[in-house]
Amino acid sequence: MTDEILTGADQYETLFGVEEMELNFGPQHPATHGVLRLKMKIDGERIVDCYPIIGYLHRGTEKLFELHPFFQNVPHTDRMDYVAAATNNLAYVGAVEKLLGLVVPPRARYIRTILSELQRISSHLLWLATHAIDIGAMTPFFYTFRERELVLDLFEEYCGARLTLNCMRPGGQPYDLTVGWAEKSAAFVDSFPAKVDEYEGLLTENRIWKKRTIGIGMLPPEVALEYGVTGPMLRGSGIQWDIRKAMPYEAYDEVEFEVPVFTNCDTYDRYLVRMEEMRQSASIVKQCLDKLPEGPIMAKRPRVLKAPKEGEVYHSVEGPKGEIGFYIVGDGTANPYRCRVRPPSLYNIQVLPEMVRGGLIADLVAVIGTTDIVLGEVDR
Amino acid sequence: MSDSENGKPENGTPEPEEPQTEAKAAADEAKAKAAAAAKAKAQQDDAEKEPWEKDPVVPELAEADGDPLVKELVSEYGESIQSAQSFAGDLVLEVGLSDIRDVCRSLKERHGYTLLVDICGAHFPQREPEQLEVIYIFYSLEQNRRVRLKVRVSEGVEVPSLTPVYAGANWPEREVYDMFGIRFSQHPDMTRILLWEGFNGHPLLKEFPLEGIDTGAAIYPEYYEESAGPVAGTGTGWKPPAPPAPGEPDGGDAGESETP
Repeated sequence: MTDEILTGADQYETLFGVEEMELNFGPQHPATHGVLRLKMKIDGERIVDCYPIIGYLHRGTEKLFELHPFFQNVPHTDRMDYVAAATNNLAYVGAVEKLLGLVVPPRARYIRTILSELQRISSHLLWLATHAIDIGAMTPFFYTFRERELVLDLFEEYCGARLTLNCMRPGGQPYDLTVGWAEKSAAFVDSFPAKVDEYEGLLTENRIWKKRTIGIGMLPPEVALEYGVTGPMLRGSGIQWDIRKAMPYEAYDEVEFEVPVFTNCDTYDRYLVRMEEMRQSASIVKQCLDKLPEGPIMAKRPRVLKAPKEGEVYHSVEGPKGEIGFYIVGDGTANPYRCRVRPPSLYNIQVLPEMVRGGLIADLVAVIGTTDIVLGEVDR
Repeated sequence: MSDSENGKPENGTPEPEEPQTEAKAAADEAKAKAAAAAKAKAQQDDAEKEPWEKDPVVPELAEADGDPLVKELVSEYGESIQSAQSFAGDLVLEVGLSDIRDVCRSLKERHGYTLLVDICGAHFPQREPEQLEVIYIFYSLEQNRRVRLKVRVSEGVEVPSLTPVYAGANWPEREVYDMFGIRFSQHPDMTRILLWEGFNGHPLLKEFPLEGIDTGAAIYPEYYEESAGPVAGTGTGWKPPAPPAPGEPDGGDAGESETP
């Protein structure tokens, strides 16, 4: 018993010097963006190793998918990545359409493209606000939430909801645009690039911001690929891959846009990628509004959607966080037999230990911010 | 609609000298003709219709043995590639359990499928004896193509883990274990990921009830006996700790509350 009690110099050495310490971070912590928990081994301020623990928000969504008809599953998708419901809807209805052979009319394809690009803007705005707050820059929050509010107002006018949109159906769109909606969104996207310049004016050349982000959370391209990282994280590591370009869906092959790529693999470059993506999204919305065709918004489809007896599809779209995909197995009934979600955040957060190992605890918060995770999606 | 419209002018000019029955027969014949014409017209209309105005064409499974990737893999692994099918443009290969890691390594190193998109499981209780399935999705950046591999597994059989080939297979494989109970051999950390250690069962198996099962004992040992947790289908099933018996020294409060 006596030799277990450390005294004097020994005790000092154990606590502050030689030995490593274990530190628990989360699940209730303002900087974890939800209920992420990290078990860390630290040596002073340095992170020796990190072990993420997830599952605190697990709701069994994949089980619920199996118990509801194809139609009724759309609201479940809203609740996974709850800050980007439109792209979740799009990935799910796209998979169902592929399974059932539904062809979506052009007007609906354009409306979907507009909604998902507005969603990308609103998701990136939320990311920027929280990421900047994590690092200690309070001001951008007030600027980005000003514009995010306008996007949410547009959503509210279109479908009545601000976050859990439920704004798409297998085969088309549930509602046409309301009177004056196109003009309002055109006014928004016209003014938006100037707002992005405003945010960049606050951060891009800011010395503190650069100190806190350049060279932090390095993610080499080969590591990113190895771990299945997608979306802005991959493009910040110099790999130009975007599903909107690689496998165009909806109206993306009819509009012109660029896929921003930066090659320094650090937090700063991922920030630059997302800032540029917001400008591109505004430009896509503008082009879609200009080209918006007239016509029906819903395909001819059976009253009850029944999957073929045999058959399974995987369909994915480029969400704000990365590749969000649905794998659906049909068995001839009106319910999916198995519906698997491929959440981008799960793969993006899996690589976190690689990014923080050897770094400082203070930078861990910056790295969690730059991965842009939503725990509702990681845990489903 | 259209056949009655077309039929009307014929009905309007019956020959008066003919008996009623013949006139009726003629009218029927005219009606049939009109119906056929309407059908032909509808077919013609259908051809002019936009694809979204037609009935959806449900995709069908097709054999994909002629695919160049399938041919190469068959020449490398022969019998291990059990079937190759395509559905709605997706290529699906069924691979033997023992060779799955080698096939994936070859996909990654020789065929350029460098991105592991997803790993998931599926449960087919009607199949015997291999009820479970593990599905792998890969993507090749150079060829811009996805491929899906499937492995059929019996309960209790381990699947070779892909973690030595793709580091990103770690978490999805843990999730497959968590949800389906399929274990992966040589996996560095074969533990549950979304549910807690001690959870009783694997929720995505078809026999697992939606209401959940009795797992309370493992989480709240102070409230539940070891074999009894919350009862499925009765809400939370939360039972407050039993009040102390009246006779016990601490049970005074309970005894007093009964008297008034």
